[in-house]
Amino acid sequence: MSEVTSNAVPTSAEETIWVEHESLIDRIPRSVSMTFVFAVFVGAWQLSTNLGLVSPIILPTPAETFNDLVFVGKNLLSGDYMLGALWITVKEVIFGFALAITIGFLLGVLVGETAFGERAIMPYLVAIDTMPKVAFAPLFVAWLGFGIESKVALAAFIATFPIVVGTAAGLHAADENARMLFMTMGASRMQTLIKMKLPMGLPQIFTGLKIGAVGVMAGAITGEFLGGGKGIGELIRVAASQLHTPRVFSLILYLSLLGLALYALVTWTQRRVVFWQKNTVGGDRE
Amino acid sequence: MNALAAVPDFSTMNEEAVYELANVGKTYARNKVVALEGASLTLNKGSFSSVIGSSGCGKSTLLKIMAGLIPPSTGRVILQDQPVTGPRRDIGMMFQHATLFPWRTTVENIVLPIEIRDGRAAAETAKARAHDLLDVVGLKGFENVYPNELSGGMAQRASICRMLITEPAVLLLDEPFSALDELSRDMMNMELQRICTEQNATAFLVTHSIAEAVILSDHIYVMKPRPGRLAEVVTVDLPRPRTLDMMTTPKFGAIVDYIRALLDKGEDL
Repeated sequence: MSEVTSNAVPTSAEETIWVEHESLIDRIPRSVSMTFVFAVFVGAWQLSTNLGLVSPIILPTPAETFNDLVFVGKNLLSGDYMLGALWITVKEVIFGFALAITIGFLLGVLVGETAFGERAIMPYLVAIDTMPKVAFAPLFVAWLGFGIESKVALAAFIATFPIVVGTAAGLHAADENARMLFMTMGASRMQTLIKMKLPMGLPQIFTGLKIGAVGVMAGAITGEFLGGGKGIGELIRVAASQLHTPRVFSLILYLSLLGLALYALVTWTQRRVVFWQKNTVGGDRE
Repeated sequence: MNALAAVPDFSTMNEEAVYELANVGKTYARNKVVALEGASLTLNKGSFSSVIGSSGCGKSTLLKIMAGLIPPSTGRVILQDQPVTGPRRDIGMMFQHATLFPWRTTVENIVLPIEIRDGRAAAETAKARAHDLLDVVGLKGFENVYPNELSGGMAQRASICRMLITEPAVLLLDEPFSALDELSRDMMNMELQRICTEQNATAFLVTHSIAEAVILSDHIYVMKPRPGRLAEVVTVDLPRPRTLDMMTTPKFGAIVDYIRALLDKGEDL
């Protein structure tokens, strides 16, 4: 047996100093870089209209668009007809999303939890999902009329599938260890679902909800385009038919704010409900 | 060191048998593979036994049968004079991964088995005992911390508490610390010994590490594959409490060598 030999960690007499260099472009703060990109975009836009590269009927100038944004904003704030239209679109989106969440979640549990659902229902859902769902819009109008119902139906129809897939994927997220643990605790199927599989699948479920939130907006507006709605989609259709492009642009911008608000609501809920999840794609946390 | 050739019932006179397996076998109907054949063993109250063997020797099948997760094809499985016909509250189990649920605080994770079996109100009452157990494993003050703030070793300590909360008669340990680094593993093994002694627990450990089995166990069951069977019982007569220093003694080395030789023979088959 040889003795264990050990040497003390040598203390260096002179320190080596080298500084880590981060390239200049990575050190620009977020606000500055975002403003810069925006300025370049608007500048290019202004330039192309000034130089007459595109007809003003096709592309309005940034100033025109801005003026129209102010006009629409004033109209909305004063509670004029545009606010009424916005309210109708908001209702379509809310009802459509609520319907999609209810149906999507229930179908998702059926598909994700039962072998029957996975074998007998999932293939049909996949088949329907691959169809261009917008093509169903005339059918919904024929079935439900020109009112808000046909728009809600189309919005819900588009948003349901990602929620089904998200829920089913979430229920499959539970790993073997967690399943085994619940088995040893003698947990019933219902207990396993509620106390383990659903909470574990929440990140995937919320991913489905986010994709659904985007789809529900598209569904509501498409429904209005095709089925004589009274919401913002209809205002866009009318403005476009009159070649009033600045109005189309500003309405789209306000619509995108509505979509952003819905998406933010889902992300906000996710952060509170799935508080243990560190990183969420699209919902930047730190 | 005392090696027995067959697999006899070695229970000594004054000791109380907690868990008994007699001629337990398992043949999977799907592919007609004999995963386990003629396994007989007795776990006495307060004893620590291990099972060791190469991959695919039927260790996990044996453990699943003992946990009541799968039924045996043949033989008797008796825990505390009652045949095991499914998962039971007097069987405590621990796995390689702590599997604490991140939406529950440490104490809520520990009382989960009570919540599943007896409901929310009983789980609330059991929190007092959970606090005591956290004290035992040295996690006092971490009651209301969420698991993602615990280190790997701390999470396994919490999962020890979760296993002990139902006051099980037998502890089934499925490579409990193999996911930890070696330094933590040695320390946790000593902790496990202390906790088992304090609780007078009957423990059954599945491991891949010969050294771990020797330092912890009174008896080591050496398993051999095709068909999976308990080939030999090795009795470890190192004094208790065991210390990590014992791992460098000649006696420890001799037992390790003996078991390794047995396992090597198994490979040749």
